[in-house]
Amino acid sequence: MSIGMVLKNGLFVVCATMMLVILYLIFMWVPTDNIQGTVQRIMYFHVSVAWVAFLAFFIVLVGSVGYLWKGTSKWDHLAYSAAEIGVLLTTLLLITGILWAKPIWGVWWTWEPRLTTSLMLWLIYVAYLMLRAYSPPGNQGARYAAVLGIIGFIDVPIVYYSVKLWRTVHPQVIVGPAASGSLDSSMRILLFLTVATFTVLFVYLLIDRVSLRKSEDEVEWVRGIAEQASHLPLSLR
Amino acid sequence: MVEADVHGSLAIRVRGLTKVYGPQVVLRDLEMDLSWGDFLIVFGPNGSGKTTLIKVLATISRPTEGEVMVAGYDLKRNPAAVRRNIGLVTHQPLLYGDMTGIENLRFHGRMFGLSHLEKRIEKAADLMGATSFLGRRASILSHGMQKRLSLARAILHDPPILLLDEPETGLDQEALEMLGQMMGSGERGRRTVLMVTHSVERGLALGNQVAIMAGGKIAFHGDRSNVDEDMLKSTYSRFTGVAL
Amino acid sequence: MTKFWPTVAALMWKDILLELRTKDIVISILAFALLSLIIFNFALGPSPQITPVVAPGVLWVAFTFAGVLGLTRAFVLEKDQGNLVGLLITPTSREAIYVGKMLGSLFFMLMSEIILLPAFAVLFNISPFRPELLLIILLATIGFASIGTLFSAIAINTRSREIMLPMLFLPIVVPIIIGAVMASSTAFEGGSWSDMTKSVQLIAVFDVVALVFSAFAFEHVLQE
Repeated sequence: MSIGMVLKNGLFVVCATMMLVILYLIFMWVPTDNIQGTVQRIMYFHVSVAWVAFLAFFIVLVGSVGYLWKGTSKWDHLAYSAAEIGVLLTTLLLITGILWAKPIWGVWWTWEPRLTTSLMLWLIYVAYLMLRAYSPPGNQGARYAAVLGIIGFIDVPIVYYSVKLWRTVHPQVIVGPAASGSLDSSMRILLFLTVATFTVLFVYLLIDRVSLRKSEDEVEWVRGIAEQASHLPLSLR
Repeated sequence: MVEADVHGSLAIRVRGLTKVYGPQVVLRDLEMDLSWGDFLIVFGPNGSGKTTLIKVLATISRPTEGEVMVAGYDLKRNPAAVRRNIGLVTHQPLLYGDMTGIENLRFHGRMFGLSHLEKRIEKAADLMGATSFLGRRASILSHGMQKRLSLARAILHDPPILLLDEPETGLDQEALEMLGQMMGSGERGRRTVLMVTHSVERGLALGNQVAIMAGGKIAFHGDRSNVDEDMLKSTYSRFTGVAL
Repeated sequence: MTKFWPTVAALMWKDILLELRTKDIVISILAFALLSLIIFNFALGPSPQITPVVAPGVLWVAFTFAGVLGLTRAFVLEKDQGNLVGLLITPTSREAIYVGKMLGSLFFMLMSEIILLPAFAVLFNISPFRPELLLIILLATIGFASIGTLFSAIAINTRSREIMLPMLFLPIVVPIIIGAVMASSTAFEGGSWSDMTKSVQLIAVFDVVALVFSAFAFEHVLQE
């Protein structure tokens, strides 16, 4: 096995272990929140996924800028893989948000700044994937997506600010659960641990997806050559 | 105009040109030299990359790899200068259907920043025999008339190099003769032309250089004087595996 | 390279000329927006208490969706008649092409919006003819046109372009919509400039970011 394979498998083992540990800690060890009850445990997942989703989209930005600047496909692989994982994470974010909202706020959804911005984030990066799917073959699709990857990231803070502004003018009746608030030390440590675990998971998935993307490209390339060669007479092959 | 403006010794110089669309390699390490005043006819089957080559030379498509000099200017570094020096004619007339012929020409003239625009339009239209229908909307013109207008558009800024992608398709008999005249007497030696065509007859009548493209490369490039119709056809089948 | 402003002027003139002949863009925007206003008015009911509350929202929904339609039309002509190639082989800067197309779209969108206002006044019983509102419409439409021109140049080259443009455009312009609705609401209630500074600033910031980014990104979008 090459060094790369060893590291990757090692990473997988570390990640799996950490995941098992925090699952135990979240559901068995950490004390129940006295205000929100058991459902508060979802917070660990929700916050971790939020952080990692944000990290993913930052990497989409990095990959997009890199691709437009340098033009080599490894930047594009990075951007695309991060976008895919990011959409997955944001979906989880929205789902955990909804599941948390109902028992706490009494409604499935509210136009709270963070939730709304997450929804917009989700839409923007789903559009990113759609754009890749519907673009003409070749690197045009990668370039279009890179443009979206950059403006999408820049836009998110503006969206957040705009929703916040909107909410201060039209204040909500329902007050949402604060991210901080009454977290005792054990909860704080566990949260940090969960965030770390999800970050490791993200890194593992990213590495895996990027190398898969690279392989996909290579297969397509070989197939293209073989197809072209079959059209040529023997003298030119 | 051409001689005084010559920048660089070759009209077109291509080294190691590769163009890739995703997994598909359309142009493969292509090399080509075209001297000033040459008239190169390019034959090739579908999929050989002829249209892509023209697109690259016209600065519409960026090469994946390779060095391309047109009119002495590097495609990558100075595309605007290249654009000033080439005129392009393709299948599509590149005209706005709802504008008249003269409005179309005026628009292109302005986009090129041309001086004495009305005079230039008069001259170009006259050369192409398009003067009589300049006042009509482009969409109601016949295909042949549209092609003539398109040709007028292409030479409006008096480019020393012309890139023609199968210009004879859709031209009526009279227009074909006009095209032949434009390429031939008076114009020969004045402009450098690269023409992609399927018509062996017309190609051999007009050009002084002949090339065959296959598999994204130039498989053959020779002087017209060394090539006759039979030789061309046999060389073509040898390199491309199909008949011309 | 051909000079910047003459290029922009030539492009705008060409687009206006074509539009005068076909009236494609303005009619699409007007028809769609008018239909939206009518249907919303219908669906939300005739209650005089609700109408002033929802009016700004309805106005901007109509402008936004009609705007998307107008933006698509702006590039369809270029692409389908192959004229994009014709533009690309001119020795003009790609930024000038962007500004030319953007100003053209801006002009058509603004014209349609202004024409629509009387219909809005009638259906919703509110006078929209205040200078504050007109400025908001101008600023917001600049935002729509700047990012919209970039995205429609992208969308026109994809399969399913009718869905691709809204998918790209709508999430990104959410700040404009929020700002415009808030500011319009204040304007309708007779508020002054100072009451809507934050919203107007929001739209203005978005406009600047969108314009600068789109002008630079346009080149990458045009090349093959």
